[in-house]
Amino acid sequence: MTDSNRLIEIRWHGRGGQGAVTSAELMAQAAISEDQYAHAFPSFGPERRGAPVLSFVRISRQSPIKVRAEIIEPDVVVVLDPSLLSIVNVTSGLKDDGMVVVNTRKHADQLREEFGIKQTLVTVNATRIAREILGVPITNTTMVGAVVKATGAVKVESLEEPIKHRFGRLADRNFQAMKRAYDEAVIQEKG
Amino acid sequence: MVDKRGLEVSVAIGEAVKLADADVIAAYPITPQTHIVENLAQLVADGELDAEFIPVESEHSAMSACLGSAATGARTFTATAGQGLELMHEVLYVASSMRLPIVMTVANRALSAPLSVWGDHSDVMSVRDTGWIQIFTENGQEVVDNVLCAFRIAEDHRVLLPVMIHLDGFHLSHMIEAMFFPEQGEVDQFLPPNNYPLPLDPNKPVTMGDFGPPAIYSEAKWAQEVNIRASRDVILQCWQEFGDRFGRHYSPVEHYRTEDAKVLLLTMGSFSETAATAVDEMRSEGKNVGLVKLRLWRPFPFDEIRQAVKGAEVLIVLDRALSFGGPGGPVCSEIKSALYQQEKSPKVVSFVGGLGGRDIQVADFKEIVERGTEIAEKGSSREFEMFGVRGE
Repeated sequence: MTDSNRLIEIRWHGRGGQGAVTSAELMAQAAISEDQYAHAFPSFGPERRGAPVLSFVRISRQSPIKVRAEIIEPDVVVVLDPSLLSIVNVTSGLKDDGMVVVNTRKHADQLREEFGIKQTLVTVNATRIAREILGVPITNTTMVGAVVKATGAVKVESLEEPIKHRFGRLADRNFQAMKRAYDEAVIQEKG
Repeated sequence: MVDKRGLEVSVAIGEAVKLADADVIAAYPITPQTHIVENLAQLVADGELDAEFIPVESEHSAMSACLGSAATGARTFTATAGQGLELMHEVLYVASSMRLPIVMTVANRALSAPLSVWGDHSDVMSVRDTGWIQIFTENGQEVVDNVLCAFRIAEDHRVLLPVMIHLDGFHLSHMIEAMFFPEQGEVDQFLPPNNYPLPLDPNKPVTMGDFGPPAIYSEAKWAQEVNIRASRDVILQCWQEFGDRFGRHYSPVEHYRTEDAKVLLLTMGSFSETAATAVDEMRSEGKNVGLVKLRLWRPFPFDEIRQAVKGAEVLIVLDRALSFGGPGGPVCSEIKSALYQQEKSPKVVSFVGGLGGRDIQVADFKEIVERGTEIAEKGSSREFEMFGVRGE
């Protein structure tokens, strides 16, 4: 993001149980701790494990956020589970100058070819990172690292407290996984 | 040091109840209120809140337990939503008629059928006449602040009535956002201990809520009516003092960019924030549009409503509930009756939308204002407009 002062709207795609709401919550809490304006919320409804779910984050450095409606024209789309790409149109409403951040083993070129993604594409193998560091393929905190790198919406350090608060004794490893994804994420600008 | 935290609003309610040092919580979990109750149960179990948490088998029992608790003089809290509020229904009247200062947050939800766990104001409207003081909120901060105010209002000896704080299910209950929490010492100064004047005492047994034969029932009801109307001054006083202490001000009817507005939109609850953004956009397009937000639902703020809309030509009211076969939106119906005898009042157009959790986006609000203005000019054969409905 070149203009970090404007409102950033992020939509997370995950499956019920993968922690998409937690990712959104951590981002918002990090932003709030930096005295930015921010909020996060889930796609509303009863939770169904495994079903495609959404969560949302709005972050603004300059002005209070008033809109509470769901985000239909996001700046950033995050995909926690690569299998969603073939069943959900994740780029629906995504701004032309927006970006897609995907957990994938594949190269960005291949994803562009398979799913016709036009916007900036950020790839990271979060499942591998999560398996290595957390021992489970749960990628929600890991993917936060890639989003932070790609957007600059919050500082990496700002996530330390929210992660500590949320994960207790597992916080260190979650923070490590997040940082690893920050380091490994590859940003391929819009073509 | 200012305590600002990003929390889910449902969790923040627990923080407010803890700051208020409630004695008894009796509640039954129901979506979208569940996180409120879960978190309170946790706070009590962890010893962070020294209170009795009474897990009950239904909402009817929850409110019944609250009656008993409040009658002993314990500071009493509960929360519910939708069908749960319906199941409480008959006991709600008992709470207000027996003058029991209970505080309840309602995560507003649609009513079945078809089954919907999502938000609207159908549950609120069905308890409109239960004699509770009712306050709407539009963001997390307002919820926290008004939960604190609610205890003080309810327990004031000039009031002694139960208070409902309404927050939209999901759109507000499930938001993670920044809120300020006052320090315990400041809350203790603002909210004195509950000192219920007629607490149950085993040594002096009394019967409460006994038979009211025809010779006394009307007087009892009239006393209740006089009482809830008089609560208005205490509510205003409470908000005034809250504002003086904490810097956040509340009033029964609030205005957003209404100066010189020819067209006014009126909303309640969390959709007001999205509506305000629509007003900003329309203002920047040179349209004279403003927003009126109804905060105090009961006692109804007749004077403030008349004052708020008197300069406008068109008033568009958005309801999130239906009165089947009736005048459309229940809020609009009350606004119309408040304005009917006025010499000059705006043309009032009723919209119903946002039912069962359906979103209303900024662009939708602009469309509502546009269509509402057109209907005000040309008239309509319908009592109300059902916004965004398919198969109309």
